[in-house]
Amino acid sequence: MGKLWVILIASISILLPFLGNAFSPESPTDRRVLVLLDDSAIKSSHSIYFNSLKSRGFDLEFKLADDPKIALQRYGQYLYDALILFCPSVERFGGSIDLAAIIDFVDSGRDLIIAADSNASDLIREVGTECGVEFDEDPSAMVIDHIGYAVSETEGDHTLIASDDLIKADVILGSKKMVAPILFQGIGHSLNPANNLVLKVLSASPSAYSANPKSKLSTPPSLTGSAISLVSIVQARNNARILITGSLSMFSNRFFRSGVQKAGRKTKHEKSGNEQFLTEISKWVFHERGHLKTVNIKHHKVGETDEPSLYRINDELEYSVEIYEWSGTSWEPYVANDVQVQFYMMSPYVLKTMSHDKKGLYSTSFKVPDVYGVFQFKVEYQKLGYTSLSLSKQIPVRPYRHNEYERFIPAAYPYYGAAFSMMAGFFIFSFVHLYSK
Amino acid sequence: MAAPETSTAAVPSLYTNNALRNAFGGVLSFFILLLIGVMAFSIRLFSVIKYESVIHEFDPYFNYRVTQFLAKNGIYEFWNWFDDRTWYPLGRVIGGTVYPGLTLTAGTIWWLLNSLNIPLSVETVCVFTAPIFSALASWATFLLTKEVKGTGAGLTAAALLAMVPSYISRSVAGSYDNEAVAIFALIFTFYLYIKTLNTGSLFYATLNSIAYFYMVCSWGGYTFIINLIPMHVLLCIVTGRFSSRLYIAYAPLVVLGTLLAALVPVVGFNAVMTSEHFASFLVFIILHVVAFVYYIKGILSPKMFKVAVTLVVSVGLAVCCAVIAVLIALVASSPTKGWSGRSLSLLDPTYASKYIPIIASVSEHQPPTWPSYFMDINVLAFLVPAGIVACFSPLSDSSSFVVLYIATSVYFSGVMVRLMLVFAPAACITSGIALSQSFDVFTRSIKFQLPGISSNTEVDAAETSSATAEAQNDAVKTEKSEETSKNRPSKKSKKKEKEEKPSTKAKAEKRLIALPLDSSVISLLLLILLGAFYVVHCVWAAAEAYSAPSIVLTSHSHDGLHVFDDFREAYAWLRHNTDVDDKVASWWDYGYQTTAMANRTVIVDNNTWNNTHIATVGTAMSSPEKAAWEIFHSLDVKYVLVVFGGLVGYPSDDINKFLWMVRIGGGVFPHIKEPDYLRDGQYRIDSQATPTMLNCLMYKLSYYRFVETDGKGFDRVRQTEIGKKYFKLTHFEEVFTTHHWMVRIYKLKPPKNRIRGKTKKSKSKTSSASSRAKRSGMGKKNPWH
Repeated sequence: MGKLWVILIASISILLPFLGNAFSPESPTDRRVLVLLDDSAIKSSHSIYFNSLKSRGFDLEFKLADDPKIALQRYGQYLYDALILFCPSVERFGGSIDLAAIIDFVDSGRDLIIAADSNASDLIREVGTECGVEFDEDPSAMVIDHIGYAVSETEGDHTLIASDDLIKADVILGSKKMVAPILFQGIGHSLNPANNLVLKVLSASPSAYSANPKSKLSTPPSLTGSAISLVSIVQARNNARILITGSLSMFSNRFFRSGVQKAGRKTKHEKSGNEQFLTEISKWVFHERGHLKTVNIKHHKVGETDEPSLYRINDELEYSVEIYEWSGTSWEPYVANDVQVQFYMMSPYVLKTMSHDKKGLYSTSFKVPDVYGVFQFKVEYQKLGYTSLSLSKQIPVRPYRHNEYERFIPAAYPYYGAAFSMMAGFFIFSFVHLYSK
Repeated sequence: MAAPETSTAAVPSLYTNNALRNAFGGVLSFFILLLIGVMAFSIRLFSVIKYESVIHEFDPYFNYRVTQFLAKNGIYEFWNWFDDRTWYPLGRVIGGTVYPGLTLTAGTIWWLLNSLNIPLSVETVCVFTAPIFSALASWATFLLTKEVKGTGAGLTAAALLAMVPSYISRSVAGSYDNEAVAIFALIFTFYLYIKTLNTGSLFYATLNSIAYFYMVCSWGGYTFIINLIPMHVLLCIVTGRFSSRLYIAYAPLVVLGTLLAALVPVVGFNAVMTSEHFASFLVFIILHVVAFVYYIKGILSPKMFKVAVTLVVSVGLAVCCAVIAVLIALVASSPTKGWSGRSLSLLDPTYASKYIPIIASVSEHQPPTWPSYFMDINVLAFLVPAGIVACFSPLSDSSSFVVLYIATSVYFSGVMVRLMLVFAPAACITSGIALSQSFDVFTRSIKFQLPGISSNTEVDAAETSSATAEAQNDAVKTEKSEETSKNRPSKKSKKKEKEEKPSTKAKAEKRLIALPLDSSVISLLLLILLGAFYVVHCVWAAAEAYSAPSIVLTSHSHDGLHVFDDFREAYAWLRHNTDVDDKVASWWDYGYQTTAMANRTVIVDNNTWNNTHIATVGTAMSSPEKAAWEIFHSLDVKYVLVVFGGLVGYPSDDINKFLWMVRIGGGVFPHIKEPDYLRDGQYRIDSQATPTMLNCLMYKLSYYRFVETDGKGFDRVRQTEIGKKYFKLTHFEEVFTTHHWMVRIYKLKPPKNRIRGKTKKSKSKTSSASSRAKRSGMGKKNPWH
């Protein structure tokens, strides 16, 4: 999940002394980032993006993708918290990195940014496939949009797209509104609609399609319209975050700086939206935003403070949990009105929205249902862009003890009367029968 | 044990002579009984000596766990115990669903020993509870048979019961099950009933209710008592044997017994609400009507009585019809007609197999085979008819009870193997009577004909020793006479002395039936041979057949003894390697053992109270891997345990039980269909097996990597090569397999971290990670959450 790392950017050498501090759930922002490049020129041609990362305190380590010395882990410990693959054409990585190593890196909870490009290698495509996105199979295909292209000097080049079809989620893109469209030039990909872990952040316009711009279109393109995703994000079940895009050039200084005018629109923006968009989304990917944690899960009977080992049916109980969000530097109270708790045994018997005190403390109280069994307090909180919270705590609910039932029930008084009068009558009868002669 | 009572005091001339003889006989029979008790105890220790002092089988583990809880937490906690470690997530209220008799008994023994500073472990007490109670049961048999046919028959019956294999099978040391104490309670309740019937004493009637209460506490088989005794009462009434003794023997039992039975939480209102108990109330009413009629008959003249009878009968019939119609309508409105499934299968042996697979699936609920009668009661099967004949000469209240007991229990044992246990005491009693009577006849005729012995004293001696009970029972036939034969003070006893004369005369006539000397000797020898044969068989059965604890198995082969301790190995692994709150799913047979030995939560166990829950597990086992994973995941299951005997040839493994899982699962979830698992009606796991069978979870978990053992995948139980040899598990991973592969434990894989995209048209790279590609094949079609 998360880990904090504060190291000076300058000390780019292999940073073993700091390994002891890896995995700190207390501060989940990534700090050590490995950037794999196709060639070193990218380091300078994309320097704005890298500098913005560095300025936020990340420790970037640049390597060529085929550098034979690169390794993600040493002695079983990961050396990095995040990986940026700016190497769309690499056929095989150097060192010990291969597809499985990258997948394991993600499965260990670490983050990944992949930038493909037209002519992306099979390896990069497979990394994408493992993460749940499918790049267009045609290796030379690019996304073409004859309506939504960006007006540029070379007339007729409609592979440079200006898109503003963004996902509406402040937690991913930041609260500041994006005004300028985003420039994109590269390969498109599609998502499996059944896959609920992957999200389309920037999608192509309905008029876009994916084809080889150099050749004549003989067959209908396989990817068309807004099914094409330009930038996607994945949040794995272990909350590892992945950014996948089909364009490496959208990170470049050229795209960052260039003005943009979308075809058919009058407004020309001085600066494209790329910088804002990619910076904000990198904050999300590197867990500076949308990362929740829960502490102090408590439950107890109303009027008590100690947590019992089991409840009785029809007990009144209180449940509370504190939820905080990581702001990049500190844990801030998380405020939302849709956090629910379930009292669950095969199906939820109680489902209540918890109230909060604006300081992160969510609480509710309810009555244990009139059913005994092994229940669970469950909080399943999955909100777009946030790490998923899945808390479950087992708690048995027992029936009444033998002496917890009502002893004298008013409705039963006739029966008590009947029983006792019978006994008295029998006694008198026996007495009379035996001694009256 | 009480010295045998004698009735000969009534013959004054022989009084002094007989007093000495009786004292001697009393001491002798006391020591015989002591020895019988020792034998009953020690014959059951083979399991401890040959194996070790462990709890056996399945249910005893639950009882052991409950006893541990009782010893640790006390009786109130036990009463209110809500067990959250079984039947997850439903839990089970142990205190309200368990017959507490056995647990309380063993708990009390343990507590007593501990307060006497004898620090035995709970386990030791549990292991030896059953042998101790078999000794008690044989003494109770002595008492019961003595009430019926005298001391000689009593001793013989006690000796027979002490070693009857049927009873041994359920009461060897370590077989800590309800039946261990229940058989004692059953016989003792019958003894007290007969005793009350013979004496008409309210004291014994009260004791009888308490004994019945103990029986209700101990075993669900108490319904046998509460139906058999009413039947006997009815029989007595029909045959014109109604007496005040009968009333005293029965009425307090019904009233007090029902009240006491309702105190047991597991019975509760069932004691008055279920059909099993209706017979007793019906007979209770009939008894009162009959008593009333007798009373009216006493105060009215015969003519008036006839008029009254016709009047009452005509009115009564109309009322009865109305009441019965209402009753039938009430009972018929409930789906099972007010009878529980187990009881219904007693009346209609095909009921369970037709409607309730979960009852039919238990091997001890199946009808027995003929050899099992010979195995379980051996020569008693031949002696029983003779005993029944002996009961008819003369027929008394008590001997008619024995006849009724044996007749009903023969029927019930024919329905369910388990009820052989109820049949065994009856067989012992009748056989004891038969043996003792025939010994009696033979020895008497030998003594009668041997020269040189004064025939007069001899005859008396032979007769008094064994015919005392007959004297009583003869006397019983005539109303009121029996009090005289008892030594207890009674205000009416004096006037009955003259009644003795006819009975002694009857005996004098009987005495004359003497067989020829040689045939008597030969018959005696043959009888002794028969007895010897029985003893040899019983000892063999105790030592070889019934002592195996079933959690440790042994087998002899040419290269020596093999011990299979796989079950405990697996449970120990679970206990040491899994989290304390992890849930383990297995077929319900292993539920009790898992909770007791591994201390892990189970989904279903041997207390099969929730058919749907069991059907859920059965469905999971019969489903393909993915569907099974989803079912198990929804139940928070972490581990799945299967028992597999194919490597060592252990026949009662899960593959052999699998059809029951299919049937039980299919009974609730109709998408599981039994024919899908059968090829032309045959259950097979070889290459002819159906694809459904070869893809179900049970097959896969049982045979995963099995081919690696011998290269062919030859199953020693089914004697065939398995159908599908090489396959991979996608949703489960093997975490532990015991030494002989008898228990295999699998872990559910967690949901995948990522959902993979669609696989591309076969690219060159796919060879690099074939397993990964295969896994993704599942995710592609239907992303698996």
